[in-house]
Amino acid sequence: MTTENALARIRAQIMWNRLIAVVEEQAQTLIRTAFSASVREAGDLSAGVFDLDGRMLAQAITGTPGHVNSMAEAVGHFLARYPVAQMHEGDHYLTNDPWLGTGHLHDFTLVSPTFYKGRAVALFCSTVHVVDIGGRGFGPDARQVYEEGLCVPIMPLARAGEMNQDLLGIVRINVREPVQVEGDLFSLVACNDKGSTRLREMMAEFGIDDIGPLADHIVEHSLTATLEEIRKLPAGVYHNALTIDGYDHPIELKATLTISHDGIHVDFTGTSPVSGFGINVPMLYTTAYTSFGVKCLVAPTIPNNSGSLAPITVSAPEGSILNAPRPCAVAIRHVIGQLLPDVVFGCMHPALSNGAPAEGASALWVPQLRGGHGVSDSTAGGTDFNVLSFHSGGTGARPGKDGLSATAFPSGVRSVPVEITESIAPVIIWRKEYRTDSGGAGCMRGGLGQIMEIASAENAPFSVFAMFERIDHPARGRDGGLPGAAGTVSLTSGKPMRGKGQQTIPPGERLRLELPGGGGLGDPKEREREKVERDVRDGLVSPEAAEKVYGVKVT
Amino acid sequence: MSPSIGTRLAVDIGGTFTDVALETAAGRVTAKVSTTPSAPEQGVMQGIEAALTSAGCTLGDIALVIHGTTLATNALIERKGAVTALITTEGFRDSVEIGYEHRFEQYDVYLDKPEPLVPRARRYTVPERMNARGEVLRPLEEAAVRRLITALEADGVGSVAVGLLHSYANGAHEQRIREILLERMPDLVVTLSSEASPELREYERLSTACANAYVQPLMAGYLEQLDRALRAGGFSGPLLLMTSGGGVIGLEAARRFPIRLVESGPAGGAILSSAIARACGLEHVLAFDMGGTTAKICVIDHGQPQTARAFEVARAYRFLKGSGLPLRIPVIEMVEIGAGGGSIARLDALKRVAVGPDSAGAVPGPACYGGDGHDATVTDADLILGRIDANAFAGGSLALDPKAAEAAIDHALGRPLELGTALAALAISEMVDENMASAARVHAVERGKTLDGRTLVAFGGAAPLHAARVAQKLGIARIIVPTGAGVGSAVGMLVAPVAYEVARSLYQRLAALDPETVNAQFADMRAEAYAIVERSAGGLPLVETRIAYMRYVGQGHEIAVPLEVRDLEIADCERLQQAFEVEYRAQFGRIIPGLDTEVLSWAIKVSTRTEPPLAAEAVVPREAPAPSGVRQLFDPDTGDYIEAAVYRRSDLAPGMSIAGPALIAEDETTTVVPGAFALALNSLGYLVIERQSDRQQEHV
Repeated sequence: MTTENALARIRAQIMWNRLIAVVEEQAQTLIRTAFSASVREAGDLSAGVFDLDGRMLAQAITGTPGHVNSMAEAVGHFLARYPVAQMHEGDHYLTNDPWLGTGHLHDFTLVSPTFYKGRAVALFCSTVHVVDIGGRGFGPDARQVYEEGLCVPIMPLARAGEMNQDLLGIVRINVREPVQVEGDLFSLVACNDKGSTRLREMMAEFGIDDIGPLADHIVEHSLTATLEEIRKLPAGVYHNALTIDGYDHPIELKATLTISHDGIHVDFTGTSPVSGFGINVPMLYTTAYTSFGVKCLVAPTIPNNSGSLAPITVSAPEGSILNAPRPCAVAIRHVIGQLLPDVVFGCMHPALSNGAPAEGASALWVPQLRGGHGVSDSTAGGTDFNVLSFHSGGTGARPGKDGLSATAFPSGVRSVPVEITESIAPVIIWRKEYRTDSGGAGCMRGGLGQIMEIASAENAPFSVFAMFERIDHPARGRDGGLPGAAGTVSLTSGKPMRGKGQQTIPPGERLRLELPGGGGLGDPKEREREKVERDVRDGLVSPEAAEKVYGVKVT
Repeated sequence: MSPSIGTRLAVDIGGTFTDVALETAAGRVTAKVSTTPSAPEQGVMQGIEAALTSAGCTLGDIALVIHGTTLATNALIERKGAVTALITTEGFRDSVEIGYEHRFEQYDVYLDKPEPLVPRARRYTVPERMNARGEVLRPLEEAAVRRLITALEADGVGSVAVGLLHSYANGAHEQRIREILLERMPDLVVTLSSEASPELREYERLSTACANAYVQPLMAGYLEQLDRALRAGGFSGPLLLMTSGGGVIGLEAARRFPIRLVESGPAGGAILSSAIARACGLEHVLAFDMGGTTAKICVIDHGQPQTARAFEVARAYRFLKGSGLPLRIPVIEMVEIGAGGGSIARLDALKRVAVGPDSAGAVPGPACYGGDGHDATVTDADLILGRIDANAFAGGSLALDPKAAEAAIDHALGRPLELGTALAALAISEMVDENMASAARVHAVERGKTLDGRTLVAFGGAAPLHAARVAQKLGIARIIVPTGAGVGSAVGMLVAPVAYEVARSLYQRLAALDPETVNAQFADMRAEAYAIVERSAGGLPLVETRIAYMRYVGQGHEIAVPLEVRDLEIADCERLQQAFEVEYRAQFGRIIPGLDTEVLSWAIKVSTRTEPPLAAEAVVPREAPAPSGVRQLFDPDTGDYIEAAVYRRSDLAPGMSIAGPALIAEDETTTVVPGAFALALNSLGYLVIERQSDRQQEHV
């Protein structure tokens, strides 16, 4: 190889790393400036850079597998509506259409061209979850997407640097928190601008006028590397089905996963039809969480881009809950989306030499609490408030390792401290700790769920917008491992509550959430005695369960 | 600094070396000896002895000893602290383990979360509860506390952390628990979260209290040993300890809150860089410290390092955020990444060159050390690229083996990538420089800072080798390599002020500010800070600063807003709002009109006045001596070796300038001056390296 070629190869590697750093910086800009708590605290955002053909070249690693490649697809929709030839420097294009963006109205996606030396050279894309989008608010109770709030089709948020004041006016008047939502749209602009600036600097530094060759390098290398990983697996057709609670009746998620020389395809034929409530999943969101599940097991260290994602394809019959058409309600599509990696893991288990992790709690438990005017069935008053936090049960036991307790998977979001919640809302959280015996027993134990007890600080009624899963259908174990404990929702006085939908907690009562545990892996009787003893000593497993399930008597 | 006249000595214990800097009226001497992990005070005394010998004085001549140490950090990393218990509020036994319920690495389903310092079996709960305003919702059940004593004794607990919900707002229950415990166990060491870290957010506060309790017996023992050894040697002045916040505190405060001593070495480096910034009149500096295992990068504006109130110690997973234990203490803010001379290079799954974060360290060391290390490291690459003289490394005490470096690089990268040794070495060097530059950029954007136009201050053994390239990548045109760069942290400690910061949460909406409550809290905090600083300040004048940590209502992160040093009045609200908006705009580029603001915490810092450092002055140009030699240096632009003049730093004097390409060699490091740069020595003897043309350099 000539020195020049060698230098060019080293340079391509350096530029690839730089591009990943650029999108991290782009994402950090959004995290720093956004208003939505779920963006700042939880990392519910995404950011990435694309070539002019809409190929994703790099994506920031954020808390949201749900955006893994839904964003990649979204950019294609933008380009179909506004071809690059029609774009100008300073243009920014926006949508929150669930079927063109990332699956629900609360996510705004912005695409912005980068111009260098007078020519468009790349596109930056970012997504932010806003605090409100009008309609009924964030919850599962809507019957159609029209009830869920304002929908903005793909259109310019700015033209040649001029903000689209008409659009901003429409957004402001339709949402409950106009200042914050508008602020978040400005954050998107700032975030893409930061990406563009850094990309131009990189191009100047490396003396390139076009990122085409770099894009080819990234996509080809990633594609090859991903295919190499896939080809290590035994080709074949694998099946799995998972039954979950749904809103008003159980839902079956059925998958056929095909590993071939050319990639992995997951098809969801046989899955239940759409729901009459807001738990439906648009196809692109199904693709995102399914691909994430595959990627975790097959190629976790290969960066996300069009090349590494190309060999992983997903399909679902239109009209099934995993390919819900407009006008299905979709606000809390994450609840089902987050269970898709469990479906994939079940398919992949026989194909992996060490097997796959057992099922976990998987869907986040997001108690959205509201009090005050008009939000509970009672008229007893109390301060107006609206508070949201993200909590997790246990993850499934992993080959060679126990599951993680009270830890999010597949979502990567962070919870909000109890002391913060109590400082900003009139609630008292009386309890938040591990739930003994909730981890599915096994040679490797599932992660534990947690118990939370929440009351009004004012002895006033308040309501919970429940969107909780794994109440009727706990996380299953694998290879002889037992299921994790099912979740429960109740009042501390003992009255059971529903897992989905708005309900009122009367004055003097506490809302009690018992979050599900992860499934176990392997026969509990084969668990090392010392581990059982330590679990008993730590109070994670009761002495009774140790004796009965693990066959270990601890005195 | 305390005694403004007199001889002072600073000792910095690092993982591999213990550095000593001794400043006398005659000038500064430094020493570097091996750290003695089993009894660190021995290495300290050896280092002191070496420095005293070369300066020709005795311990009796020393007015002041300043000490920084990684011992607390190491105890946390290696989990070698006391058997510790936690007593917390009923219902919250697992807060300190659950944390933020997230995984710090998105795709790794096999990751392990940080192991808590206190296992669940030793986490006890008691019935009690405060609300966010510090009002008692449930009284403390004292009998329940008494019942714990048997268990504590049975477990052999040597140290107890007490961390109750909302104790930052009212520490009465924590204090009562301590009283009850001490009645029955008078020798027990007790840390209260309301004293160690009286701030909102239970995970960080409890984690900090546990970490303090965990290292306290060990640190107290060590400090006592050291104090005794110094006294036995004839030292009669004060022994002060360097804190992570960049100030020094007395022995008693250090014994009580040893957690404040973590990361004191890097803090010393930041203090040095700040002093250099002031001496050279530089408003915006980026401190760049690259050693054997990690690189630290710190933003310094107007002569002051960025500070923060939280950081993570003992990151176990590729230095990733979230893989360590959070500590909520005042710290100098810096980003630390796994990039050092010992960082190991290999190919990743995509056959891309990956460098670090794992390091060959000093043992087994880079391949060229000729020891048991056979991995290709950054030092091996630097050797192959001609930046290091194989025969003059570490003052010639360790002859490097280029053949071994070549073999390691060829094996790891050269053959699989079909690259010649030099180009493979260049790939390693470029990648590690890129990683550091990227970390600096992300760090800057996280803090709302820009990097272009800054001056890079480079110190630590590996930084002067890589500074010019990192600067180029960051759009930085000037680099300063100070004297004593190899023991920069110890030198920085010599000029650190006696300082103590107290931060405490007290939630206030600006629209409903209650000045009386805030003023009362400030009075408390002020008394605490003055008491600690006055003990060690030797009567020097003190300065006080106050800060409010504010945000828009409901936002996730607070920003620091400076306050005037006086009681607040209602009329101040508007001014506070304006000050907040100024800071907010500076960080985020815009404000949000019409949104309420809130204050979460208040802080006070009391410090001895920092003496202005000796300022750099104009110098008379002087001719540089003839180079002491010529070395083949690899040129990234052409992909070939070129001739570079080599100078001994000791041969150079203020006023001299040298055009690149050149290499400036000293015992602890070598400064690389690439072709497009030129070097001048300022009046303080610092190497000032500037890019000569505005043209962006072609790379690689």
